[in-house]
Amino acid sequence: MISAQYLGMPLEINDLDHENLDYFAYCAKHDFRLQRCASCKLLRYPPTTACPWCAGPDSEWVSVEGRGTVHSYTEVHHAIQPAFKQYTPYLVLLVELDTQSGMPTREEGLRVIGNLVRPDGVLAPKAEVERVGIGTRVRMVFTDIAPGLALPQWTIDETAAGVAPWRYRG
Amino acid sequence: MPLPREDVEATTPKFLRDKYAIVGVGETSYTRGSDKSTRALASIAVRNAMVDAGLKPSEIDGMLSYQFNDSVFSPFVAGDLGIRLNFYMDVFGGGSSTEALIGIAIGVIEAGMCKTVVIFRSMNGFSQVRIGGTGVRSAVPVSGDMMHSRAYGWQSAGQMFAPTFMRHMHDFGTTAEQVAHVRVAHSHHASNNPKAYYKKRVTAEDVVNSRMICKPLHLLDCCVETDNANAIIVTSAERAKDLKHPLVQIRGVVGRCSKPRVDMHYQAGPISTVAGHYAKDILWPNSGLGPEDVDLTGSYDAFTFTTMLQLEDYGFCKKGEGGHYVSDGTIMLGGKRPNNTSGGHLCEGYTHGIAMVIENVRQLRHDADDSCPTGPDGRRQHTYDYREGGCRQVKNAEVSANFGWAMPGTGSAMVMRRG
Repeated sequence: MISAQYLGMPLEINDLDHENLDYFAYCAKHDFRLQRCASCKLLRYPPTTACPWCAGPDSEWVSVEGRGTVHSYTEVHHAIQPAFKQYTPYLVLLVELDTQSGMPTREEGLRVIGNLVRPDGVLAPKAEVERVGIGTRVRMVFTDIAPGLALPQWTIDETAAGVAPWRYRG
Repeated sequence: MPLPREDVEATTPKFLRDKYAIVGVGETSYTRGSDKSTRALASIAVRNAMVDAGLKPSEIDGMLSYQFNDSVFSPFVAGDLGIRLNFYMDVFGGGSSTEALIGIAIGVIEAGMCKTVVIFRSMNGFSQVRIGGTGVRSAVPVSGDMMHSRAYGWQSAGQMFAPTFMRHMHDFGTTAEQVAHVRVAHSHHASNNPKAYYKKRVTAEDVVNSRMICKPLHLLDCCVETDNANAIIVTSAERAKDLKHPLVQIRGVVGRCSKPRVDMHYQAGPISTVAGHYAKDILWPNSGLGPEDVDLTGSYDAFTFTTMLQLEDYGFCKKGEGGHYVSDGTIMLGGKRPNNTSGGHLCEGYTHGIAMVIENVRQLRHDADDSCPTGPDGRRQHTYDYREGGCRQVKNAEVSANFGWAMPGTGSAMVMRRG
């Protein structure tokens, strides 16, 4: 059982939720791992109890490079959780990993949720939020929360070639 | 002694076209502050539906409801109204539940488990459990699968659906101004609906100039939060013939049809496509009709975008042209195929989809409850003058289609026709 507080929210992962316990424990070591199916060898996100492609029950956790491209996003101006209000506008990013992109079919990919954060894991300021859109290259960082629990997050990959992202105007 | 063996037809009939009907509809008023329990609201709505159908409590023997741990269960409503049930079930769900439960009602009647089913949704969506997700719902601990959503401040319906909306704009050039016309149309319709919570007509400029909630959603792209209950009665068309209203038959139904990876549907693209892409292949063949046969639609408007995406993926326009379809006058009263003539969730009130079915039932009876004068026969004399405060009956409405929405990855649908 992991129980922690983050931005005013109680977070809990119970002892039977083995998949999420394992996932977040690796994140706490700043080691992003996904389950790889023992049968078809495909990776999946988020953690599941069987393989979404072949229903195989067995998998192993393998390290995956935390780099990808913003596939879509929303920029939140009206926060629901009170403690997020101080960070508005904040970004929720849907990031398609470079790993397994377009597999097993052209329209599939590992699309990993995260906020846009500073490299230290704190939600990014407005000036950075306004640089990001569909197509932005990002790299994974972590927000440390408690022993055995860190959230995978995204920050701008400053080393990537500068292609202007698509952003919602207005 | 062994039973005689017969050749069993093991295939399930794909449809029960026109065999079942909606014979009663009813609701409470739409308020912010009902000052009533969900049990009391449900009793009012179910009773109003029975009165509408001309059915006594003893003639109802099935009950279905849907909720999010925010409402009363069937046994209490049945008990309050003296209904003895042969079948009941309360399911977990919001949008898209209505059409799915109508399908289940048909199934249980067909199976001989009961004869007449009332379906209700009762909610204090403003004064108790706010559907926007603030208050009680934001205080629940984040656990399990929500560790991949709520922990990121990704929680409300608008926040959760926005990546689909954004990607549609990116992929097809859909604009906020185009989609704002959904609110424009529904606000015009609501201005002719005495029940509607918001009756004021708005312009596309009003929508895009309203404050940003989460991109691309402005305040007026989002539905209203209200307190209300609604009910629908389903029985066989044969039984319905003895009842007082023109017959409204269920032509075909699809329930909670889903995209791949419904647990996290953004894993399978294109993410600008919604569940209607799959549901249409059940709906149209089962109903034996197509988009061109439909006189009016009820495409779920949790947001302006949800209406647009569904109309597009059910085939009312080409993929990618939804922005044009909803902004060229087609979906307005007086247009070719009006959508949500009640004002829908954007303006009338939020009911998780059931009121959109009720509206289309009344439209197919040619009895939309607007302000038109009552004639000597006691029926409304519709003027078809759609100016503010006027008529909202669609002329010669024969076929309607409802498109329920749970999220981009799950939807339900139903075609009804005037018998």
